[in-house]
Amino acid sequence: MIRLNNIHKSYEMGNSSLHVLKGIDLQIEQGDFVSIMGSSGSGKSTLLNILGMLDNYDKGTYHLSGNLIANMSEKKSAKLRNEMVGFIFQSFNLISFKNAMENVALPLYYKGIPRKKRNLIALEYLEKMGLKDWANHMPNEMSGGQKQRVAIARALISKPKIILADEPTGALDSATSYEVMDILKDVNDSGITVIIVTHEHDIAAMTNQIIRLKDGLIHEIIRNGELKQFKKEYIHGLEPAQTPSYV
Amino acid sequence: MLMILLGSGNGLSNGVANNFMNDAVNAMWIWQGETTIPYEGMKSGRQIQFHNQDQEIVSKVSGVGVSSGRYFMGNTRYSYLKESGEYTTITCQPELKEVENLILNEGRFINQIDIVQNRKVVVIGSDIKTALFKDSVALGEYVNINMVPFKVVGICTEPGSTRNRNAYMPLSTAQMIFSGSNRLHNLALTIDASTLEESQAIEDQIRNVLGRQHKFDPKDEGAIGLYNKLENYIQTMKIFQAIKIFIWIIGIGTLIAGIVGVSNIMLIVVKERTKEIGIRKAIGASPSSVIGLILLESIMITTIAGYIGLVLGTGLMEMINYFMLQTVGTAPSQQDSGTIFLNPTVDINIAVYATLLLIVAGAIAGYIPAKRAASIKPIVALRDE
Repeated sequence: MIRLNNIHKSYEMGNSSLHVLKGIDLQIEQGDFVSIMGSSGSGKSTLLNILGMLDNYDKGTYHLSGNLIANMSEKKSAKLRNEMVGFIFQSFNLISFKNAMENVALPLYYKGIPRKKRNLIALEYLEKMGLKDWANHMPNEMSGGQKQRVAIARALISKPKIILADEPTGALDSATSYEVMDILKDVNDSGITVIIVTHEHDIAAMTNQIIRLKDGLIHEIIRNGELKQFKKEYIHGLEPAQTPSYV
Repeated sequence: MLMILLGSGNGLSNGVANNFMNDAVNAMWIWQGETTIPYEGMKSGRQIQFHNQDQEIVSKVSGVGVSSGRYFMGNTRYSYLKESGEYTTITCQPELKEVENLILNEGRFINQIDIVQNRKVVVIGSDIKTALFKDSVALGEYVNINMVPFKVVGICTEPGSTRNRNAYMPLSTAQMIFSGSNRLHNLALTIDASTLEESQAIEDQIRNVLGRQHKFDPKDEGAIGLYNKLENYIQTMKIFQAIKIFIWIIGIGTLIAGIVGVSNIMLIVVKERTKEIGIRKAIGASPSSVIGLILLESIMITTIAGYIGLVLGTGLMEMINYFMLQTVGTAPSQQDSGTIFLNPTVDINIAVYATLLLIVAGAIAGYIPAKRAASIKPIVALRDE
């Protein structure tokens, strides 16, 4: 599904360049539920941006479901993004002057689906998120959890292969965080690859695979089997009341 | 803004064109003079005298439309009952009406039968009528002109003139009664020319034929005087064309200033909406659709604002027009001779052009900001909090 081979990325900062990714080799299969962790500056967001074709890389190869993603025209990458990837952001990134339904329907607009039809589909997705009654509300009238659910609906509506989430729970309290994670888990169960960037261990622990980045390199990959160990390591940091039901 | 400029420009040229209409724009007057160049053994300083046949000669020159010979009698005494006054009498042929664009208030102008039968009829200017007849009916009455009774057949005004103190009587009658023999003082005619060159060619031809007739050098400017209205008209129109071009330049200048302004606003809009554009791009908006979004907005702004301007401008022009007509109306003696402005409005064509121009202007104004919006990288946009 996703194949990264020796990916390098550096940012020009005036005269000096900042080498963020120093050779990432990574394989993510269809249907994986992966979290990327690491301290700030370790390059996790950069990696996610490259995965989402929002940014290009300097060296190496990136194959997304068999296609080499390199040097694409903006138009082509925009189309691929629209078809393949759904984004979820920490700050939700809803368009503030459009209501929930219109926000959700936006990706379909770029697919050229007529307004009536896309609004209908958007309503359907909102209903799945339990937000049907909020369809005509503006983003600033909704709570953080609701906004993030709208954002998830928007990410899902174009039926992507991958959901990329950059700290989806970063701006939420833990109760809503778990709600959101439950939704993402359901999404993953339907066969969509979900990749999230987080620095919260409890959130990471809910995924099937944890990739830990350190200084632009993959420090360790914790797979399913080892997750129990991982969970145990960090579970004691959580308050009992917030211990989620999935444990 | 452009509308107001164009409107007033149009008004100015309409007004002056109207003033020109006082006489036929293609009118030409020829009067006799003194030779200044010796010719065929004759000394200079010879008086040229026009005769009836000169008119026939001139009327045969190609390009000459209607023509009329004129025999002037300065200060002839007109009297009716106890009233009398001295006025200029112009003796003429029926064609003069067309050359001078005379307007008949009552009755008729001199006609061909008057000429042939040497009828003693006269067409008097409206001022003469008021002076001699006051409020009573003048048509059909007899006035004594230098003690000879003439029948009043018409009352006329000269357009654009404040004084209508001329009287017109048939050439043949006047020549006979007032011992004019077959002499003429000047010729009035219309010519058939649309350009300066054509009218000058006709002028030269007339000089040639008259020169042959009266034996003077065609190049002799003094022998006959010639006033070509068309020449004047064309020159004035050229000035107006220049003014029009100037107005357009100013208009386009303001338009460019407007474009820069809108462009600036759009840049700010793009800056403000960076995040939104980033989101749109992240979920699959192609650069062209982003450009479309910004361009559309820019065009909307310019067209709406422009349209309001257009309506205001046209409204203002209509208002000026209205008030100008009002002031003219309150001063009837002035007629419309005093106004340089006339009908300062723009026609629908220009309005359509202006609208198209606005759309184009909007597109130009929006293009640079749109380009910039399209080049925004989604990650940069999303980072922008």
